Amino acid sequence: MSWLHSVVLLPFLYALMIPFLYRYVSRIHTGWFVLPLPLILFVVLGSWLVDISEGETMLYTLSWIPSYGINLSFYVDGLSLVFGFLISGIGALVVLYSIFYLSKTRELLHNFYVYMLLFMGAMLGVVFSDNLIGFYLFWELTSISSFLLIAFWYQRKKSRNGAQKAMLITVSGGFSMLAGIVLLHSMAGTYSIRGIISQAGELQEHSLFLPAMIFVLIGAFAKSAQFPFHIWLPDAMEAPTPISAYLHSATMVKAGIYAIARFTPLFGGTGEWFWIITSVGLVTLFWGAVNAMKQTDLKALLAFSTISQLGLITSLLGIGSLALAVTEEAETALYTTAVLAAVFHLVNHSTFKGCLFMVIGIIDHETGTRDTRKLGGLMSLMPISFTLTLIGSLSMAGVPPFNGFLSKELFFTSSLSLEETGIFSAGAAGLLIPAVAWVASIFTFVYSMILIFHTFRGKYRPRRLEKKPKEAPPGMLISPAVLAAFVIGIFFAPNVLAHYVLEPMVASILPGDAGDFSIHIEAWHGFNKELFMTLGVIVLGSILFLTWKRWKGIFTLFPQVYTLNNAYSSGILKAEQAAYSFTNIYMSGLTRDYIQYILGILIILAGGMLLFSEGISFRRIDVSTIEVYEVLLAVGLVAGALTVMLASKRLTAIIAIGAVGYLVALFFVIFRAPDLALTQLVVETVSVALYLLCLRFLPEFRFRETARRVQIPNLIISLGVGVLITSFTLAAQGNKLFPSISVYFEDSYELAGSRNMVNAILADFRGFDTLLEIMVLCIAGLGVYSLISLRMKEKRDDHEN
Amino acid sequence: MKINDVILQTVTKIVTFIILTFAIYLFFAGHHNPGGGFIGGLVISSALILMLLAFDIETVTQTLPINYKVITGLGVLVSLFTGMASFVFHVPFLSQAHLHFYMPIVNEEINIATTIIFEIGVAMAVVGTTMTVIVSISRNKGDEE
Repeated sequence: MSWLHSVVLLPFLYALMIPFLYRYVSRIHTGWFVLPLPLILFVVLGSWLVDISEGETMLYTLSWIPSYGINLSFYVDGLSLVFGFLISGIGALVVLYSIFYLSKTRELLHNFYVYMLLFMGAMLGVVFSDNLIGFYLFWELTSISSFLLIAFWYQRKKSRNGAQKAMLITVSGGFSMLAGIVLLHSMAGTYSIRGIISQAGELQEHSLFLPAMIFVLIGAFAKSAQFPFHIWLPDAMEAPTPISAYLHSATMVKAGIYAIARFTPLFGGTGEWFWIITSVGLVTLFWGAVNAMKQTDLKALLAFSTISQLGLITSLLGIGSLALAVTEEAETALYTTAVLAAVFHLVNHSTFKGCLFMVIGIIDHETGTRDTRKLGGLMSLMPISFTLTLIGSLSMAGVPPFNGFLSKELFFTSSLSLEETGIFSAGAAGLLIPAVAWVASIFTFVYSMILIFHTFRGKYRPRRLEKKPKEAPPGMLISPAVLAAFVIGIFFAPNVLAHYVLEPMVASILPGDAGDFSIHIEAWHGFNKELFMTLGVIVLGSILFLTWKRWKGIFTLFPQVYTLNNAYSSGILKAEQAAYSFTNIYMSGLTRDYIQYILGILIILAGGMLLFSEGISFRRIDVSTIEVYEVLLAVGLVAGALTVMLASKRLTAIIAIGAVGYLVALFFVIFRAPDLALTQLVVETVSVALYLLCLRFLPEFRFRETARRVQIPNLIISLGVGVLITSFTLAAQGNKLFPSISVYFEDSYELAGSRNMVNAILADFRGFDTLLEIMVLCIAGLGVYSLISLRMKEKRDDHEN
Repeated sequence: MKINDVILQTVTKIVTFIILTFAIYLFFAGHHNPGGGFIGGLVISSALILMLLAFDIETVTQTLPINYKVITGLGVLVSLFTGMASFVFHVPFLSQAHLHFYMPIVNEEINIATTIIFEIGVAMAVVGTTMTVIVSISRNKGDEE
């Protein structure tokens, strides 16, 4: 264990305490207990900042399953540290905000904070994991905690659907990621990300390289809501606003970006990587911006804007990956700028979008609605919220003096830099990439204006609002205000951030010579193309916004039937129907059918294996002498079994089964297995009692009436199983392929301190088996209990009806 | 119809204790001789089942107000935690330890192993599961009548 491990594992441990705190200290809002944790994490991470920014890294390993190369190894470099800051820093602000947002008396706070801490730990695990299996584990855990948080208000149908959608899409993406991880492991022979990256040169020649890349990318795109997987994010907005601000704008959706950045040293510098990421990013950027303009729900607007901004960051990472492909120093510097822009915008986006989400939450909280058609004229009523929205939106639109302006300018620079390049025929796209970037930025400007003006300007219509609007309590305003302060602060002192945070980040995305550079970000760099592009965005954007009422009708032109959302929901419906009808084919509801399936499959698989491997040889069986009483016992057994079959009453059959069991126990005694005999005797006794109890629930015993249709397959299967087991036993005796391991157990007294070898095996040598067996027992018992109580409940309901 | 089962009930009152004693013997004997947690648990449940057969379920639940589901869960947890205790000593999951020492009065060598805790968990899980199944089935039966 190290400090680093504690940072990741602490939230999980802390989550265990929350239910008790909620229950026993209910006078104090549970959030106050949670608040110190992210703050402490932030301080701990902060103490590493100076070392990391000088290029040092930390690696600590805790073995988990070392024989498979699976360990909890955590690694800190510039990239992961900054994500750690975002997770803990914004986490602290969100917890503070949620204390005022969620009512102490009405909400299930313990659930909320447990899920949230679960997420925090998982997300820290994602960014610090060096072992890919650990990475995958935490990756899926973020999806699960996100699911739980979206469905926090599970009474609402929309919340449940949104949670399901998010879960299905991100977890399917996660599976794809797992496939990519397995491929990477089979290529490189290690699960360590750094180990894989160090072999990047050889791996690029491998035939599995491209499939691995595509699988990893699908996982990353699904998580980061890139087109066409973006449809889950707008529906995820059913979550409480603190969660939207935290998971669905600042941290979790950036996990995909993190994965892309983390794998850039491995996959970057190839044409496929560049084209896939850049084009998907640009399409997402454009599509998100277009959709954001038509939303009337403020949160949906922000959701699409998040999608769009994530697309922007992704496309920048795509462009930046070219730095690994070119050799000339000037060109390298050009593409390094793109990576810089990506990480810069990532930080900026977390600040201004987090701020905006929190303000929208305030508006929702104070007015009771988020609908732009109902809101308006709130500027004089909520002046502080208005100021905060203004700061956030203008930064999002890329207007000075806010940090969004700086990263937007860098974005234009990078998209323009592609014009001259010759590699991967990127130049062929010519002006297309900057053009798409520019148009999308205009749309961004328009929806930012919609956000400001449709909420705070225009006519104040108090009748349409559910509550009488007033400014939020100060506690709620602290968090967005802190973020807004960062939005402005970063604009005026970008190079402090650049030196301590962005440089080490870029260095870990572009290792080696490519990352060896120093950054200087300037707000003013003369009258160049980028500045004119920004001016164009502002002018055209304003025109479009002012004429918005005239052209907003075009959004209705696009037929709603062909949307991705429709495809998703009809796909889910069809899949459910298909699964249902397929299941109905074989689920007859008859136990005897299910036993037939199980035994039939056993005969086919085991018997087939026995036949094909030519394992049946009875050559070397040395049989001991058979005594008379053994023959007698065997005859008794057969007679008992026949009685079970031919009995006309169920009670007779049960007693005959008991007799068979006791005879088998006698066999165990003869063959000197007292443990088995004892167990068999008691098991028989208990199960006969159980059978007798069940007797009255079973339908009338109609042996004579059973149709031949049922009898003949029954006969075939029972004969087959008998023959199979017999030949298996004999074959096992006949083939001694390996030396017997029973010698090992003879030392049980020295090894386990027990003279009873059987028990030493059960409790010590193979203790894991026993542990799992009692778990199965436990599950089976609870299964029986719940099935029966369900039945009883149904009956009771019937009576009431 | 009410069956007169005075003989069964009287015998049960005594025999139950004999069976339970035997179960405890089997449980501890398991270390060196036939027996152990699984069989001990089963014998305990058979004693309880005998009580259920002789008396009705209401009487038994009144005398022994035990929630068997909890016993099952506790049993699994006990076994799991004995396994996890290995982590504290930096040995692989489910490592067991044992100790020999000489007992002067009974003049015998005594042997204590951590497997006994594990076995307690197994026995609890077995008793819990068997009784959960049987009690829930027989209670359902009672409801129907």
